[in-house]
Amino acid sequence: MRQTFAIGIGGAAGQGVATPGDIFAKILSRRGLHLNAYNAYQSIIRGGHTFLTIRTGPEKVTNMGDRLDLVIPLNQDAMDRHLGLLTDGAACIYNAETITPGAAAEGVALCPLPVSKLADITRNKVAQNTLAVGAGLSMMGIGFQALEEVLAEQFKKKGDTVVSENVGIARAGFDYASANFRPFAWPLPMTGNRYAVLSGNTAMAMGGAAAGVKFYCAYPMSPSTGVLHWMAAHARRANIMVRQVEDEIGVVNMAIGAAHAGVRSMCATSGGGFALMSEGLGMSAMMETPVVVIDCQRAGPSTGVPTKTEQGDLWQMLGAAFGDYPRVLAAPLDIGDCFKIIPEIFNIADRFQCPGIVLCDLLLSEGRLSVDPKDLDFNPVIDRGELITTATSASSTHGNGGYKRYKITESGTSPRAVPGVPGYTHTAATDEHEEDGVLISDEFTNPTKRRAMMEKRMRKVGGIEASVPPPALVGPRDAEVTLIGWGSTKGVIEEACEILTEQGISANHLQIRWLVPLHGEAILEILKDSRHTFIVENNYSGQFARYLRSETSYVPDGYIRKYDGEPFMPHHIVEAVKEQLGGKSNLSVPAHEILV
Amino acid sequence: MATVIAPPKSLTVADLKGKVDPDWCPGCGDFGVLAAVEKALVELQIPNHNVVTISGIGCSSNFPGYINTYGMHTLHGRALAVATGLKLANHELTVLVTGGDGDGFGIGGNHFVHTMRRNVDLLYIVMDNQIYGLTTGQTSPTSRIGMKTKSMPFGNIEAPINPISLALAAGATFIARGFSGEQKHLTQLVKQGIQHKGFSFLDVFSPCVTYNHDNTYQWFRPRLKKLEDDLTYDSADWMAAMGKSLLWGEEIPIGKFFERTDVPTLHGAEPVLNTGPLVHSDVQIPPDVARSFIAELM
Repeated sequence: MRQTFAIGIGGAAGQGVATPGDIFAKILSRRGLHLNAYNAYQSIIRGGHTFLTIRTGPEKVTNMGDRLDLVIPLNQDAMDRHLGLLTDGAACIYNAETITPGAAAEGVALCPLPVSKLADITRNKVAQNTLAVGAGLSMMGIGFQALEEVLAEQFKKKGDTVVSENVGIARAGFDYASANFRPFAWPLPMTGNRYAVLSGNTAMAMGGAAAGVKFYCAYPMSPSTGVLHWMAAHARRANIMVRQVEDEIGVVNMAIGAAHAGVRSMCATSGGGFALMSEGLGMSAMMETPVVVIDCQRAGPSTGVPTKTEQGDLWQMLGAAFGDYPRVLAAPLDIGDCFKIIPEIFNIADRFQCPGIVLCDLLLSEGRLSVDPKDLDFNPVIDRGELITTATSASSTHGNGGYKRYKITESGTSPRAVPGVPGYTHTAATDEHEEDGVLISDEFTNPTKRRAMMEKRMRKVGGIEASVPPPALVGPRDAEVTLIGWGSTKGVIEEACEILTEQGISANHLQIRWLVPLHGEAILEILKDSRHTFIVENNYSGQFARYLRSETSYVPDGYIRKYDGEPFMPHHIVEAVKEQLGGKSNLSVPAHEILV
Repeated sequence: MATVIAPPKSLTVADLKGKVDPDWCPGCGDFGVLAAVEKALVELQIPNHNVVTISGIGCSSNFPGYINTYGMHTLHGRALAVATGLKLANHELTVLVTGGDGDGFGIGGNHFVHTMRRNVDLLYIVMDNQIYGLTTGQTSPTSRIGMKTKSMPFGNIEAPINPISLALAAGATFIARGFSGEQKHLTQLVKQGIQHKGFSFLDVFSPCVTYNHDNTYQWFRPRLKKLEDDLTYDSADWMAAMGKSLLWGEEIPIGKFFERTDVPTLHGAEPVLNTGPLVHSDVQIPPDVARSFIAELM
């Protein structure tokens, strides 16, 4: 079993949960430790309850885990919500003057800080937070110097006085804990590795920059807004045109306009905004102008729960826009993959001149992960497909030399000339058209031509399928249990497999990254040897299970679903598998024990 | 070896002829708009491969198919959004957006307002016939109160949009109105609109001879008064323009209502475009910049 250590910090929005979280994250990643952070929060700017979980360890940490080792409640509410869930060996650091602990389980260390004796709370309103960080690091066996360095960086802009004041407060907490609290049984190790810590939104934005995106536009919508923020902040250095648009209809149309001029163009939104973009996706397909749209799923339907995660948009993606057309749909498997998947999907969209959709979710978009900087490759393969950007010698006249933008080809794709190139003038239309772009929708309707154009476009599907690898099974082929998931659940399913195996139930794992094309036959081939199969997904109706069934007729032995807004924890899956192997049910909906 | 390149021959109206003839009804006002645009492009000698004509959906939105430039026949109401993206990706192109009153002021109203405030450098020509034609005659956002259509058979009870006042309020930097029955005048307005650096809005009365029996050529002719004929009118005066925009009835002004040249265009205001159009820029991020992006995360 992987050795990990998890810290939880809870309080009201505006109480300063983020800063201690950032400080822990920096210190841990600089010790060469991996980390995974997830912030359970609410759609409120001040007040309410937010709970940040940071889990760390020397090996990859793929999810928030099952256990908290250290909890820092910043108010009574946070104490009341989380103390009861702590188990033997865990500790809780809190302000003894404002918070009263309830009953704790045996072996849980209560660590009260006499805050006003250790710091001048009239001067520093977040002194309790800084004291707690100092105390926590002392108990974790991390030397004070690491904290001093990070505090100096954190408060550099506010001047030396603020830095030294905070260092002093942190030191007081550190020393008080060294004298009064028992250190954790497992001191955190150090490694020589160094990791970048980033959110999925940052990763997708950077992946876009790496892919050569030159145009990005968006309307703010949680949980996708982080992509806009990174793009806007880095636009001038990355030479990217970034625009905030009046609505998502405008967003997708503007993005397609830019793409049509010949640049790589991207936009991101969540389910509600994506619904507005639907017609635009059809335009991208019909005009054969590639665009990449990111959907960061949140709990729906409608406005739903804007700050909570779900995998509930799959069928919206499958059905987006009317009519049949080729599309590519991919779900990143973790935050590192959020970066990698963008250049990959752009290459497919460009080669096949069709829309590409990245189906992310809040868990990845707003979660944070340590990633090896080598995996953030700003020099990926770039394939723009058949793009005509310069004139040939014969094309200096005002005519277009018989150029057929929608020439019927075996592959279904036709060389794409961008506006401004002499000799290739043509009109791209959302109406059905013939090879040279003339409409066959109004005056010149023609069933033979219509059929030929439909078949031309749909022939791309075969090429797309051949360009995308089928999924692969991870773990022993003859395992007793096969867990099937898609997108962001990879990390938690991986850990559930390890736990099951340790408990004597061998398990393997099939995670789907490319949803369209699905490679149904390859999936059937993999699953035919499986003994007990379970589809794990973060939605009510089993959207992927229904999709897999519609494409392959495959029906698994059981389903594990969660639709309460929070992500799976490993034990949810482990317990559900055991329950279903016991024959009690074929559908498990684990309860989320943490009240966030 | 030296290659002899023939000097480019000058652009003629014949060069601009599209692959097919317009399918508009005989007498449709849109023919006059197409002719004026062709003449303006010839007079300005803009190479047709540097022009992109972008439309939405509707009778008049079939326009790009009838002219030999680059063209995009987009979704209903979305032409301005598409055109904004295209212009920002390659600001060396001359962008013409064409469509009708339903497309621009109805379903596309949101983009109309926002494209004006952004001062995107393009010419937006609305062929305003005060009716939905392609859907066979329903009330439009510019249909007058009382007008009987298939969708409001007992008469329209909703006040129409005033496109000129709306454009003035939204910050358009060139605002004009033409009439498709006044070719020379219209051609000059198209030329001025193309030459203006910023968002040019040209509302054209383009009668629908099939479905609008109220606002016909005969109805318009005696009412239209050219602003250019009034030597005291100052098109730099926004308040005066707003006053003129409200005239309707016995006297309806056409011509240039308003122009200002002191507002930067959207592409001109964005430093990212200082080094030239994005479409010609390097795809790859320079290695030192990429390294600095990663360093921020460490």
